[in-house]
Amino acid sequence: MSAPDTFLVLGAVVTLLGAARLLTTRDHLRQIIALNVAGAGTLLVLVALGSEGTGTADPVLQALALTGIVITVAVTGLALVLVRRVDAAAADADADGDGDGHG
Amino acid sequence: MADLLLLPVLLPLAGAVATAVLPWRRTVGLTVAAAQLGFAVAAVVAVLRDGPLRGSPGGWEPPLGIALRLDGLGAAVGLLAAVVVLAVLGHAVARPAAAGGPSAWPLTLVTVAGLQAVLVSGDLFTTYVALELMTVGAVGLVALGGRRALAPALRYLCVAVLGSFAFLVAVALVHARTGTLTLELAAGALPPGPALGTVLALATVGLGVKAVLAPLHAWLPDAHAAAPTTVSPLLSALVVKGSLVVLVRLWSALGGHAGLAVVLAVLGSGAVLWGGVLALRQDRLKRLVAYSTVAQVGYLVLLLPLALPALDPAAPDGARTGALLAWEGALLLLLAHGLAKAALFLAAGTLVGVAGGDRVADLAGTATRAPMVVLTFGVAGACLAGLPPSLGFTGKWRMLEGAVTSGAWWAVAVLLVGGLLTASATARVLGVALRPDPDPAAARRGVPAGARWPALTLAVLAVGTGVGSAWLVDLLLVGAVPAG
Repeated sequence: MSAPDTFLVLGAVVTLLGAARLLTTRDHLRQIIALNVAGAGTLLVLVALGSEGTGTADPVLQALALTGIVITVAVTGLALVLVRRVDAAAADADADGDGDGHG
Repeated sequence: MADLLLLPVLLPLAGAVATAVLPWRRTVGLTVAAAQLGFAVAAVVAVLRDGPLRGSPGGWEPPLGIALRLDGLGAAVGLLAAVVVLAVLGHAVARPAAAGGPSAWPLTLVTVAGLQAVLVSGDLFTTYVALELMTVGAVGLVALGGRRALAPALRYLCVAVLGSFAFLVAVALVHARTGTLTLELAAGALPPGPALGTVLALATVGLGVKAVLAPLHAWLPDAHAAAPTTVSPLLSALVVKGSLVVLVRLWSALGGHAGLAVVLAVLGSGAVLWGGVLALRQDRLKRLVAYSTVAQVGYLVLLLPLALPALDPAAPDGARTGALLAWEGALLLLLAHGLAKAALFLAAGTLVGVAGGDRVADLAGTATRAPMVVLTFGVAGACLAGLPPSLGFTGKWRMLEGAVTSGAWWAVAVLLVGGLLTASATARVLGVALRPDPDPAAARRGVPAGARWPALTLAVLAVGTGVGSAWLVDLLLVGAVPAG
């Protein structure tokens, strides 16, 4: 198996592991980490697809991976803000003593 | 013509910034929405006259630059989006409480800009970025619903981004195999085989998650139940359509895949039946309407297996004719669903306010207190169920005709049973709403006059456009692969 093929398989495995964890865990922080693991796997697949094993790389696919990283960082930021709000809302609901959370 | 491609993306983005920092949110928001409608009409006229619009911003031609392309399907969905957004913002002005706060304005406009970017992008990577922009806006909109909406918003974000990853790998595979990201150029360069199958499978899963194709729909009812009244129409009528348009374009450009078509036929039929049954069984009004979206997405996905012979030049003529009819019908149904479902969600949100509770059982007496809103719900529901002369009927009839012509009898059964289920769900709500008021003396909140009209306008459009919809069919076929 050549180096790009190895990374292709590795990337696919990492993506699947991340996706499986994302869909099975209920903990919000773990979900975000799992999402990032899946993202890292995806980008690994992209880079592996763009390399031909000869030392030269497809610049377009590398640019795609770079943009993918930027988008993943931005989405992670948004997700973290949401997690903080969810936790704050849960803490408020506990303090109020009402669980139905209207308002 | 590049102005008609870029302005509808840039104007809402500028509007989003303006509504975020300036105090005159309503004026700016409504002006942008009205201008979008103007652009959309101009784009439809231009596409009908000259064929698909093309452009490359900055004068950089592909493969270096970004290819923009607006086909008939894109122009039609753009028009749908402009109409729905104007109605939704009109509703938000009349009933500010229904909008979920001042942040709703910039978030709505960002989502619109994302959708518009999806519609005009002719290359796959721009499509990916535009889909992400639309998703981020939509997640923000869901989160406006307050405490109960935060967890569904987070779940939606995670699932949608996971779907995007699958789509991104598909895009990268297309580039690795063909050396281009422009869909039109890639179309001829990707021969049938395992690579094509993988690309379509990854893209279908990724876009299916975003378009709430069952069984990937779990996040949707929770998100809708918690979302503010004006958010649900945007999500269900527009955001879902953005991903479906990409899926349809990808399938038609790359020629489809017979094995995947069988899987999609099973999933689509399952979504129609299961979504319809679940919608009937909900006791909360907004969840009922949300599950009906799951069923309607099923119809739209059936487009792909039914239209497959139209993409194959070697297929017999009869099969091709039937497939083309089904193609046109499903896309008409997509537009009908956008209009009718937006009206239905606006009416449902208003009814929940009038009834004072979100259970279907709370609706008793609303027909005397808010007759126009109940009428809107009924008319929109009739269009969804496919009663003549609505656009829903025209679309479903064509789909049925196509299925009969090409001998897809399973699809005929699914379409008819699905229509019955939708009709029963609407009838169940109307039946409760028409009951006498249990407590006529109680003080009730009325509906502001301005909040009735936008939803009723959408419902009337959903029925009215069914009459003389030939121009819509012509529009949908401009630049579509099966036509050429």
